[in-house]
Amino acid sequence: MNTVISPRPSAEATSFLELRDLKIHFPTDDGVVKSVDGLSFSLERGKTLGIVGESGSGKSVSSLGILGIYHQQNAKISGEIWLDGQELVSSSREQVRQLRGKRMAMIFQDPLSAMHPYYTVGAQIVEAYRVHNNVSKKVARKHAIDMLGRVGIPQPDRRVDDHPHQFSGGMRQRAMIAMALSCDPELLIADEPTTALDVTVQAQILDLMRDLQREFNSALIIITHDLGVTAELADDVLVMYGGKCIEYGSAEDIFERPEHPYTWGLLGSMPRLDRPVTDRLLPIKGTPPSLINVPSGCAFHPRCAFADRTGGASRRDVPELLSLDSGKHRVRCHLTAPERRQIWQNEIKPNLEGVA
Amino acid sequence: MVNYIIRRLFGGAIMLFAVSIATFLIFFGLPRLAGATPESFAARYVGPRATAEVQAQAAEKLGLNDPLYEQYGRWVKAIFVGADYDYGPAVEHCPAPCFGYSFITKRPVFDDLLDRLPVTASLALGAAVIWLLAGVATGVLSALRRGSLFDRFAMGTALAGVSLPIFFTGTLALSIFSYGRPFDWTARGSSYTPITEDPGMWAYNLILPWITLAFLYAAAYARNTRAGMLETMGEDYIRTARAKGLRERTVVVKHGLRGALTPIITIFGLDLGLLLGGAVLTETTFSLQGIGKFTIEAINKGDFPRIMGVTMLAAFFIVIANLVVDLLYAVVDPRVRLS
Repeated sequence: MNTVISPRPSAEATSFLELRDLKIHFPTDDGVVKSVDGLSFSLERGKTLGIVGESGSGKSVSSLGILGIYHQQNAKISGEIWLDGQELVSSSREQVRQLRGKRMAMIFQDPLSAMHPYYTVGAQIVEAYRVHNNVSKKVARKHAIDMLGRVGIPQPDRRVDDHPHQFSGGMRQRAMIAMALSCDPELLIADEPTTALDVTVQAQILDLMRDLQREFNSALIIITHDLGVTAELADDVLVMYGGKCIEYGSAEDIFERPEHPYTWGLLGSMPRLDRPVTDRLLPIKGTPPSLINVPSGCAFHPRCAFADRTGGASRRDVPELLSLDSGKHRVRCHLTAPERRQIWQNEIKPNLEGVA
Repeated sequence: MVNYIIRRLFGGAIMLFAVSIATFLIFFGLPRLAGATPESFAARYVGPRATAEVQAQAAEKLGLNDPLYEQYGRWVKAIFVGADYDYGPAVEHCPAPCFGYSFITKRPVFDDLLDRLPVTASLALGAAVIWLLAGVATGVLSALRRGSLFDRFAMGTALAGVSLPIFFTGTLALSIFSYGRPFDWTARGSSYTPITEDPGMWAYNLILPWITLAFLYAAAYARNTRAGMLETMGEDYIRTARAKGLRERTVVVKHGLRGALTPIITIFGLDLGLLLGGAVLTETTFSLQGIGKFTIEAINKGDFPRIMGVTMLAAFFIVIANLVVDLLYAVVDPRVRLS
């Protein structure tokens, strides 16, 4: 039943989740929007991957793509998504639907709009549970109360009948998490789970997600533009730009030895308490690229301060995502590794640490 | 909740009171400015050929010489407790709720209204069921297949539906389906059988008016539903519903349509309330003796008591429809608090 249409013969994946050259393109009147353009990564159970990037870099589209949800019906998808030995791109919609919510679940940004305003929180969790479990409403309701209690909602047996608007922002996000976890998913994708929350609540939610991930031993993908969240949770980090992965590595690699100028920029735009307040943040100049007219060569070159050091290659050729000697750390940049390391050591790192 | 209903009913009563004053002033106050005299009013009751003396007597007996506020007081009082009309030759008792006597039929207006109401109610309710089902279903399908052939065809038809008047579509439908060009399937109008007598005949007589009237409304409902569905299907909670692994049909009906239906319920209540006050064009086109036809006759013949009665009845239906809509709104959308 898994007829793989991929042109090259492919072996079954060995990791729990493995993406191979995933492309999600949307044909529009203005041209093809390449939201995700050749994304590959793998993730084991119990591990956390942070996907980082600006708005419109393809983070959300790729994660929704894993779940088989596409904003438009005319989306063109190619590549492979392996979930525990099953290939999803070539599976039927019905097969993917049955996995959705059960083996892979998603926590969305802004739970006020992500939950249906007309149904009670309990009813929405019950619904999520009963799609995949053939149980009575009574049993499902008990399960919903149990889940609400586990995510730290006080008096869950009473709050279960409240509507989303009767919850506070943090409580709503907890309820959203309870809903996503109701079927014990093995893969959990959290799309900016803390963006709509205030800072004290953010920390609680992150703690909760980390605890629950350990408890359920699930693979976690956390999508964010907040590097602080990534540093807090992720084992591995994937930096996306213009629909492509431009740097991938362990959290330590990305935070201690970042190689891509864009990653440097992200680190520079991160507010830090250990820096004197007189220092300005270092935002990345320019705006994210249009996904219809992606800049030639390296998509980041119009905004890159070091593009002229590549001798024009960055304007001409799309750089390959190449492994560095240290193992899984990979980067997509025309600068040579020694050049990058030198720039990082001499020009970037001192600024970030406020030593200069 | 009970508090809210009581307050709204009170508000509705005030609204009806205002409507009654306005109506009364239009029919008994304005004509005086145009030169009408108590005698010319009385002539409506005793007939234009009565002598001036008889007219003057009737005017006195009917209280037409009294100040306007006294006459208004009597008119309102009659609605609640009934009245005796003594216009000389005879005394007629008009039981409450009394909206006066029709000049033309010589019967209490309210009795006439009660006779006509079942026709209009049958027409409006039957058509409402059809247009709600057809309009919403078409709108949902159109939204789900936006840009498809079905969508374009449905929206084109809907545009025709809202643009073409009943006296055109109705006449055309009668010609095609009743007068043998080419079919002779349905009743030829002007017949009505109460549902209590023969439900089959009732439906047979009304099916064409229902469809004609429903076509007009279904068109508007299809367009509204389509717009609403396009909006709700783009909401975040639809994405959540899909992420749960729900079947697409559940996503569309339980999550999408539920969100899109709220504004539809509002206009549905008001449309129905408005129609119960008389579907003038449909009743005229199909010669149905309903409230609308009754109103047209009354206007043509200057039958003030009837016009005033119909006005009050229509206002009553709209006030009630408004209240029901607001109550339903709170049931449909839990975020709405009735207070």
